[in-house]
Amino acid sequence: MNSPATNHRGVRLDVRGLRKSFGNQEVLKGLDFEVNPGEIFIIMGPSGSGKTVLLKHLIGLEQPDAGQILIEGRPIDSPEIMDRYRMAMVFQSGALLNSLSVGENVGLYLSEHRLNPPGEIARIVTEKLEVVGLKDAENKMPSDLSGGMVKRVAIARALVMDPQLILYDEPTSELDPLSAVTVAQEIVRLQQRTHLTSLIVTHDRDLAFGVANRIAVINEGRILAIGAPEEVRRDPNTLVQAFLQASFRRLD
Amino acid sequence: MFENVGEMVVLFWRALLAMPLAWRQRQKVFDQFFEIGNASLLMVSILSFFIGGVIALQTAPVLVEHGLAGTVGGVVGIAICRELAPVMMSILIAGRIGSAMAAEIGSMRVYQEIDALRTMNINPIHCLVMPRLLAIVIALPLLVVFSILVGWFGGALVCMVNHRIEISFPSFLSTFQEVVELKDVLNGVFKSFIFANVVGVVSCHQGLITRGGPRGIGRSVTKAVVNSIVLIVILDYLLTRLLMT
Repeated sequence: MNSPATNHRGVRLDVRGLRKSFGNQEVLKGLDFEVNPGEIFIIMGPSGSGKTVLLKHLIGLEQPDAGQILIEGRPIDSPEIMDRYRMAMVFQSGALLNSLSVGENVGLYLSEHRLNPPGEIARIVTEKLEVVGLKDAENKMPSDLSGGMVKRVAIARALVMDPQLILYDEPTSELDPLSAVTVAQEIVRLQQRTHLTSLIVTHDRDLAFGVANRIAVINEGRILAIGAPEEVRRDPNTLVQAFLQASFRRLD
Repeated sequence: MFENVGEMVVLFWRALLAMPLAWRQRQKVFDQFFEIGNASLLMVSILSFFIGGVIALQTAPVLVEHGLAGTVGGVVGIAICRELAPVMMSILIAGRIGSAMAAEIGSMRVYQEIDALRTMNINPIHCLVMPRLLAIVIALPLLVVFSILVGWFGGALVCMVNHRIEISFPSFLSTFQEVVELKDVLNGVFKSFIFANVVGVVSCHQGLITRGGPRGIGRSVTKAVVNSIVLIVILDYLLTRLLMT
C-alpha cells in the first residue's frame, strides 16, 4: 500500500507555517507539509505532540495563529473551496449522536441539509453501511455497538458526505487487535475504491507502516521526519528512531 | 454568572435568527414540547393545587378575622395569576427541563458530538438550541395557564373546606370575578414567556460551554439551574415594576 493511488478524486492539501498557541503553550510551531491527491498520509507522534490540534485546524474547528491551510492551492476557508470540496472527519471516539440510531447518524448530513428525499437517504445509508460491513445495523443504537463498530459507523457517516478529503483521528485506538485490523482494512479498501485523500493521525505503528503512502513524525509541534514509510524508518533523527523503537518495543 | 451575559445575548440573537427554520425542525420542536409537557404536567398540577391551597390558608383567616372575607377570592386569584404561577412554574421548569437541556447539550459537547455536527456543516444553534428554545417558550406559558386554573381551584377548595375560613364557593367566585381581570392572567403569561426565554438560553448556553468530562457536565447543570432561578427572581421584580406602571 505504499504507492499513491492514480485516477484520484481526492484533493491536494498544503499546510504552510501553521502555528497555534493555547495561552503560553505553543502547540504547533510552524508545520509545513503537503498531502498529495489520493494518498494516505499518516501523522505519527507521541501524545501531546499536537496531532489532534492539527486535525482540528484542518477541519475548521480551530483557527491558526499564523500560517495557511490550502486545498488545491486556495485557502481552506474560502467560499470557492467550501462550495466545491467536502471534508469529513472520523473522531477518535466516533462521536456518534447517542440519541439517534445508527441509520439516523449515518444519514444526518443528508437529512439536516435536505439533500435527498427520505427514501433516497435510506438507500444511501444502507449502501454506506454495507461499504463498512455493517449491513442491517440501521436500527441499532450507538450504545449497542462495539468500539470497532462505532468507528465503522463513523466512517460510514463520513462517506455519506462524499468527501474529497477524509481525516481520521486515532482510528484504531481503544480497539482490540482484530477490530484494529478490520478498521485498517476498511480505510485501505475505501481509499482503493474511492481514491479520496486520507489523512490519519495515529500512534499505531502497524497501521502507519501498513497503510501509508507517506508518513510524517511530529513531536512538540514540529515535524521531525517526513517521507515514504521506508524513508521514515531509516531516518537518522534520534528522536524519530527513539519514537519508532519505543513503538516496536511496546509491540514486542 | 454575569460574565457570560454577552455570550447569552448573542446565543439568543442567533437562535432568533434561526426561527425561520422552525418548520424544518418541527419534529425536534414537537419532541421537546412533548418532553416538557409530559415531564411536567403532573408536577405542575400537584404544585399549583397546593400553592393555591397554601396561599388561601395563609391569607384568608387573617382577612376573615378583620372582616375582609369578601376580598379573599380576589387576593388568592391575583396572587396566583400575577406572581405565584409564573414564578413557581418557571423555577420548576428550570429544575426539570433546564437541567436536562444543559446535561444533554453538555454531554454532546464533552463527547465531541457537537464538533461532529460542525464538521458536517450542521449549525448546533439551528438543530439543538432553536428547537429547545421554541418549545420552552410555547410550553411554559401554556403550563402557567394550566397552573393558574389549578391554583385557583386549590385556593377555592381550601376556602370552602377549612373551618377557619368557611367561604362558600359562590362567595369566593363573586369577589374573584370582581377583582381578577383577563389582563392579570396575561400579565402572568407574559412573565412566563420572558422566564422561558431565560431558562432556555441560560441552559443551552451552559451546555454549549461545558468543559471537562462528567464533572464538567454536573457543574453546567448546577449553574444552569441556579443562574436561571436567580435571573427569574431578579427579572420578576423588574417585570412586576414595569407592569405596574
